Amino acid sequence: MEFNATLLGQAITFAILVWFTMKFVWPPLTNMMDERAKRIADGLAAAERGKQDLEAAEKRAGDELRKAKQQATEIVMAAEKRASQIVEEAKETARTEGARLVAEAKSDIDQEVLRAKETLREHVASLAVAGAEKILRHEIDKAKHAELLASIKAEF
Amino acid sequence: MASNATEYIKHHLTFWNSSHEGGFWSLHVDTFSISLLLGFIFVGVFASVARNAKLENPGRLQLFVESLIEMVDTQVKEIFHAKSKVVAPLALTIFCWVFLMNAMDMLPVDLLPWVAGNIGAALGHDPHHVYLRVVPSADVNATFAMSLSVMLCIIGFSISAKGVGGWTKELFTAPFHAHNPVLALILAPVNFAFQMVELAAKPISLSLRLFGNMYAGELIFILIALLPWGAQWLLGAPWAIFHILVITLQAFVFMMLTIVYLSLAVEAH
Repeated sequence: MEFNATLLGQAITFAILVWFTMKFVWPPLTNMMDERAKRIADGLAAAERGKQDLEAAEKRAGDELRKAKQQATEIVMAAEKRASQIVEEAKETARTEGARLVAEAKSDIDQEVLRAKETLREHVASLAVAGAEKILRHEIDKAKHAELLASIKAEF
Repeated sequence: MASNATEYIKHHLTFWNSSHEGGFWSLHVDTFSISLLLGFIFVGVFASVARNAKLENPGRLQLFVESLIEMVDTQVKEIFHAKSKVVAPLALTIFCWVFLMNAMDMLPVDLLPWVAGNIGAALGHDPHHVYLRVVPSADVNATFAMSLSVMLCIIGFSISAKGVGGWTKELFTAPFHAHNPVLALILAPVNFAFQMVELAAKPISLSLRLFGNMYAGELIFILIALLPWGAQWLLGAPWAIFHILVITLQAFVFMMLTIVYLSLAVEAH
C-alpha cells in the first residue's frame, strides 16, 4: 500500500467522469426515457378512447338501423293501406262509371224508341192520309181534311 | 519454477511507477492510464448512445444502456428521497467505472504485462523491469480516490442540507443528546469523536472493501498462473466464473453504499 499522486489523478479523473455523466449522459437519456413512457401512456389512453368511441358508434349505428327498420315497416304499411284505398277508389269509380254508362245507354235507347215511334206515327199518318186520299180522291177539300187529320194525329 | 515464483508474484504486484524512487509525487502510470482509458470508454459509449438515442425502435446497445440507467435510477429513487441532480449520475459513474476497472481482472493475468514487456524490450528496456498492473481497482490510490471524493460529497451534501451551523452543531450534539447544558458540554467531545469515526469509517470501508476483493482476486489469478499448465483451467475457470459475480457485486456495493451514505447525509439524525 503506497499512497502517491495517483490518488489525486484518480480523483480528478473521477470528478471529470461524474461531471461528464451529469451533463451529457444522464439528462438526455432519462428525458428520452420519460418521454417514451409518456408516449406509451398516451398511446394506451388513445386506444382506450378509441375503443369507447367505437362502442358508442356501434350503439348509434344499431339505434339508427332499428329506427330505419321501423320507418321502413311504417312506409310499407302506409303503402299497403294506400294501395287498398286506390283499389277501392278504382272499384268505386268503375261502378259509378258503369252505372252512368248504363243510364246513358238507357236514355239513348229511350230516345231511339221515341224517335222510332214518332217516325212510325208519321208514316202511319201519311199512310192513312194516302189511304184516305185514294178513297176520297177528288171530293174532299184538302185543307179541311188536313185539319181533321191533324186532330187525329194529335189523338195518337 | 518455484525458485522464481516469488519473483514472478513480486513482478506482477509492482506498479509501473513514474519514478524509480517512488515518493508522494510519483504516479502509478498503469493505474492512472488504464482507469482513464476505461473512464473514456464508459463516457464515450454512454454519450454516443445518449446522442443517438432513439425514442422508437431503440437498438440493443441503447436498450442495454437504458436498462443500466433504469437500474441505477430505481435504486436512487428508493434510497435517496431528497432532490438532487448529482446523486444518480454519480452512482451510475461509480457503478460503470468500478465495474470496468474490476473487469480488467478477467483478462489473462499475463497478457498485458507480456505485451508491455515486449514493447519495453523493443524500446530497449529490460523486460524484467517493465511493470504493469492491469486492475486499477487493486490499487488503493484508485479506490481511495473514489471513496474520499464520496466523503467530500457526503460533507457537501450535509452542509447544503443543514447549513454550516446545523452541520457543525450536529457534529457535537449527535448521537448523544442532552438538555442539561453541563451534560451537553461533557458529551460534545464524545459526540465529536463518534462523528469523526463515523465520517472516516465510510470512505475507509468503501475503498478497502473494493481494494481487498480485487487485490485478492488478482493474487489468486497470479497463483493459479503458477500451477502446471494442465491444472490451470481446473482452478482458473471456476475462479474466473466466480469472479464475474465478484466484480459486478463490488461495483454494485460501492454504488449502493454511496447512495445510502449520501441519503444519510441529507436526512437529519
